[in-house]
Amino acid sequence: MGFDFAHFIELIPDINTAFLQTIYMITISLIIAVVIGLPIGILLYITDKGLIWENRLVQNVLGFVVNMVRSVPFIILLVALLPLTDALVKTTIGPTAASVSLSVAAIPFFARIVETALREIDKGVIEAAIAAGATPWMIIKDVLLLEAKSGIISGITLTLISLIGFSAMAGTVGGGGIGDLAIRFGYYRYDNTIMIATVLILIILVQVIQLLGDFIAKVVDKR
Amino acid sequence: MIEIQNLSKIYKTKNDVVKGVDNVTLSIQKGEIYGIVGYSGAGKSSLLRCINLLERPSTGHLTVDGTDLTSLRGEALRLARLKIGMIFQHFYLISQKTVFENIAFALKAAKIPPKEITKRVESLLEMVGLSDKRNVYPSQLSGGQKQRVAIARALANNPKVLLCDEATSALDPTTTKSILNLLKKINEELDITIVLITHEMNVVKEICHRMAIMQDGRVIEEGAVYKIFSNPKTELAKEFIASVVSFEIPESIVNSCTGPIVKVTFRGKVAGEGVISDTLQQFNLNGNFLHGSIEYIQERPLGIFVMELKGEKNEIQKALDYIEQRDAQVEVLRDGI
Ligand SMILES: Nc1ncnc2c1ncn2[C@@H]1O[C@H](COP(=O)(O)OP(=O)(O)O)[C@@H](O)[C@H]1O
Ligand SMILES: [Mg+2]
Repeated sequence: MGFDFAHFIELIPDINTAFLQTIYMITISLIIAVVIGLPIGILLYITDKGLIWENRLVQNVLGFVVNMVRSVPFIILLVALLPLTDALVKTTIGPTAASVSLSVAAIPFFARIVETALREIDKGVIEAAIAAGATPWMIIKDVLLLEAKSGIISGITLTLISLIGFSAMAGTVGGGGIGDLAIRFGYYRYDNTIMIATVLILIILVQVIQLLGDFIAKVVDKR
Repeated sequence: MIEIQNLSKIYKTKNDVVKGVDNVTLSIQKGEIYGIVGYSGAGKSSLLRCINLLERPSTGHLTVDGTDLTSLRGEALRLARLKIGMIFQHFYLISQKTVFENIAFALKAAKIPPKEITKRVESLLEMVGLSDKRNVYPSQLSGGQKQRVAIARALANNPKVLLCDEATSALDPTTTKSILNLLKKINEELDITIVLITHEMNVVKEICHRMAIMQDGRVIEEGAVYKIFSNPKTELAKEFIASVVSFEIPESIVNSCTGPIVKVTFRGKVAGEGVISDTLQQFNLNGNFLHGSIEYIQERPLGIFVMELKGEKNEIQKALDYIEQRDAQVEVLRDGI
């Protein structure tokens, strides 16, 4: 049994719903990852030795928590976080519920990416800003974030693509979205049409995000 | 303007303790251009960075324009830094900001209102000769142009002092010259005290009034540039001077000389050659010039001639005495045979 076009037309509404659920999950998770992960990434960087807010304690505690979350495989995190999900959104199934674990996984992932992007900045530029009498806030906003802008945008692209993969995994335990569709129809019912369609959608989605991300990262970079 | 007393900076690394600066005492006057030379690793940058507390001195005292900077922290230190400009070998501009924004950045730090910022940046750009590059990003500028932007940024808040860390070391000779001229102009017109560190003696000769020579974290020789050039005391000073004015004479030439070889130094006069020809005539000697040059150190000539003298032994001695009477300094490099 190959790709059945008539069957595909029939399934368009289901695919459409699943696609929108996936977009919904990854968008929410990305926003939360950026809003929380960005400050954590900045903190991880500026509390390091010789930097503007050197602080061993914050650095070590934050580093430990980030590493801990990152060391748990996502599928386990998904299950382990069920009580938290229930407490936060009063349900453990559906895309909103899946967004909770997706966010928790994406926050430390993105934070490390931000930290790495900041490390790429020439320390001399930061020093020159300090010598010019810049405030700590100016250093964060006008030097760190600005100089790492392109790297951070690439990081957002990377996070988004990882989130697509994770969201498909979340789908397998009732999270909805493309992954859910692939498992329920494609795997359990041996529906190759669905299988091929979902794989194609994921490939196109990832390619589009990557191309767009690379394009934006390049356009904003003035180097 | 800058008083440094018994200042030391000790770096502690994992398994090593390095004395970056070792008990340095220096006094830099208001309005002068002060040069610090030394080989790489001598501690020049460490010392310079202590002046605006990019490095906190381990021990010792430091005042800039009467303020004890080591007592300041946080906001107070930040405000003090507004009055101390600094430029670097690699410029360190913000690559994602335009020329205008880079300079405005320093003014924002001083909380200058936006309207004034525009006016001030424009006048700074005019001063450094980059008005046409206002909206360009640093990647589109040459090295010399980047350094000009960095200078404009450093001068934005009318500092009293400008610190230069190898500011011309990444530039070609022509660009170096133009940046040095700009620094000189800034020093003269804005009356800003400049401290510059370099490993190129040329730079010091070009624009510095006084200088220090550093080795292993210590200042080993210090004084007016002219004085050090005309009368260096340490081997290192001689070495640095030789990098600008070399009096090396090939050995084969030295060996073919039969008379004594002397070096005559004239300070502050261009009349050197006249005195020498007078002398030769008077004492009936023959002179063979082996080397000779007149260097201008901040427009003051320093004439140095190396020659072989041929004639009566007694007459040669008298001639040398006579030259010394005429305010020149004589050094016998090799006695006659
Ligand atoms: N941050 C640092 N940590 C450890 N050692 C340092 C540091 N900065 C400088 N040093 C050491 O201090 C000495 C002087 O260095 P520096 O001031 O950069 O010399 P210069 O500018 O004359 O080349 C060198 O031995 C260098 O290795
Ligand atoms: Mg140095």
